[in-house]
Amino acid sequence: MNAGRLKQILLLTDGCSNYGEDPVAVAALARNQGVTVNVIGVLDDLQADEPQGLKEVESIAEAGGGVSQIVYQKNLSETVQMVTKQAMTQTIQGVVNKELQHILGESKTIEELPPEQRGEVVEIVDDLGETCQLEVLVLVDSSASMHHKLPTVKEALADLSLSLNARSGSNQFSIYSFPDPKHTIKQRVEWTSELSAMHNLFTRLSSGGYTPTGPALKEALYAFTNKSILRDEGRVDPYEETGF
Amino acid sequence: MKKPVFNVTNGTLVRGKWNHHAYHVVKKLGEGACGAVYLCQKNGIMYALKVGTESSRLMLEVNMLKKFSKVQGVKLGPSFVDVDDWAASNGQTYPFYVMEYIKGDSFATFLRGKKKEWVGICAMQLLSDLEHLHQAGYVFGDLKTDNLLISDSKVQWIDVGGVTGIGRAIKEYTEFYDRGYWGYGSRKAEPGYDLFAVTMIMLETVYPQRFTAEKDPKKTLQDKLKRAPLPSEYKRVITACWQGKYHSAKEMKEALGQILMKRVQPPKQITRKSLHHEASEWGEMLGVSFIAVVFYGISAWNLWM
Repeated sequence: MNAGRLKQILLLTDGCSNYGEDPVAVAALARNQGVTVNVIGVLDDLQADEPQGLKEVESIAEAGGGVSQIVYQKNLSETVQMVTKQAMTQTIQGVVNKELQHILGESKTIEELPPEQRGEVVEIVDDLGETCQLEVLVLVDSSASMHHKLPTVKEALADLSLSLNARSGSNQFSIYSFPDPKHTIKQRVEWTSELSAMHNLFTRLSSGGYTPTGPALKEALYAFTNKSILRDEGRVDPYEETGF
Repeated sequence: MKKPVFNVTNGTLVRGKWNHHAYHVVKKLGEGACGAVYLCQKNGIMYALKVGTESSRLMLEVNMLKKFSKVQGVKLGPSFVDVDDWAASNGQTYPFYVMEYIKGDSFATFLRGKKKEWVGICAMQLLSDLEHLHQAGYVFGDLKTDNLLISDSKVQWIDVGGVTGIGRAIKEYTEFYDRGYWGYGSRKAEPGYDLFAVTMIMLETVYPQRFTAEKDPKKTLQDKLKRAPLPSEYKRVITACWQGKYHSAKEMKEALGQILMKRVQPPKQITRKSLHHEASEWGEMLGVSFIAVVFYGISAWNLWM
C-alpha cells in the first residue's frame, strides 16, 4: 500500500466561539475535503472545572473526523503529540477498514478480525503511520485569554516537530493565529519541516474580545487548498492523493 | 481518548471469545496508558492479563511480546501466553492478552538500604539486555523504572510495548527519561536513545521524586547531576553518555564495569599501602639529596683547584 499524504488542522483554543459561522459545520466541510480537524482545549493550570464552552471542542473534532482533548497547560506537549498521532492512526485505519470492507464484505472492521489477522493488519497500519507524509496546519486562538498560554503553546509545537521528524515520512507544518482584524487568520510560520527556532512567534496580537472560530477554520481550510494549488502549479506530482 | 470503563473486580471471569480460555482475576497489578494489568489464574497457574480498549495498540504490543520474549536465546521480557477478545457483561467487547507473571520488587524497593554499587550493577544488567536487543535491530524505547522489576537480583523487563525498530520514530516515551525532552538528541530509535534512559534511571535512584526541566533543560539536568549524591566515577560515565561518547550498550557497560572492578579493594589496605609508600619516598628523597650534595661538593672542589 502506498503511504499517502495526510492533512490535519490542529486547533488550539480555550473558549467558545462567539462570532461568524458554526465551526462544527466548517469542520464537517473540512472532513469532506480530506482534511482532518483536531481540537485541543487548553485550560489554565489553576482552573478547577471545565468551562461549559469547551463542550464545543468535542463537537468540532467529531465533525472533523479528528481527535479532541481538554488539557491543563502543563500537559500540553504530551497531548499535542498524542492527538496528532492518534488522528493519523485513525485516518489510516479508516482507509484500511474501507479496504477490508471491500475485500471481506459489509461491516468488517479491524476490531472484528480474529486476533491473528488483526495482528498483521495493525502492523501495516503502524508502517503507514511511520512512512506517510503529514501536513499539519496549526491554528492558534490568540485572543486575550490565551496570551499567557502562548509560550507553552510554542514549546509544545517545537516538541511536536521533534517527535514527528523522527519518523521516516516527511512533515510540513505551518502556524496561523486568529483573530486577525484584516484577514481573520494570520500566518505566523510559513510551511516548514522544523518548528524549532520560532522567534517572535506571537507578536502584535490583537486583543479583541471576539473568537471567530468558524470563520478562522474556514480560512485555514482555504489556506490548505491554496497550498495544494500552488504545489500542483509548481511541480506535477502524479502520486498525489487527496485525502490520504 | 476516554478512560477505559471495564468492570473487572477480584473473581471476575475473563473468557476469550476466540480461543475460549477462561481466566479468574485475582487482583489488579497496575494501570498503563492503554489498559490495566491484572493478576489472574487458570488451572492453578498465575498469569498477568492486560485488558485495554484500544485494540490496535494492544495488538502491536502482542506482536512485540511474541517477538521479544526471546531474542537470540536470551529471555528479554515476559513470555507470551494468549491473545483474545472478552465480551464483558456490560455488552462491550474488550481486547486482552495474557503473559507470564513475573514476581519481583520494584527498582526503588530493591535498592532501599543497599550500597551505591548496586546502582552500577543494575545499570550493567540493563545494558547487557539492551546489547542483545540492539543487536537484534530494536531499541526498548520507553525505558523507565515502571517497566522494570527486580526478580532474584536480576533486572527484568515487564512491558515491551515501547520496543521500536531501529531507524523509526520512538513509539512511546516518558518525558523524564526522554533525551528529546532534555535537549540531548532526537526521538529516533537508536541505541543511544536507550543509553540516555539508563543514565536517567541511575539519577532517579537519588531523585526518587524525579524532576522537570526548567527554562534551559540541559542546564537543569547538569545541575541535578552535579548535586546528585552519586559516586563521582558514575557521574563521569553519565556525562560521557550525554556527550555521545558511547556508541553501544557494550561500551557503556565496559566503562561501568571498570569502575565496579576497581572498587573491590577494601579501603583500609589502601591507606596502609599509601603510608608505606610515603615513607619509602621520604628515604628516596634523602638519598638523592645526599648524592646531589656530594656531587656539588666534588664539582666545587674541582673548580677551586
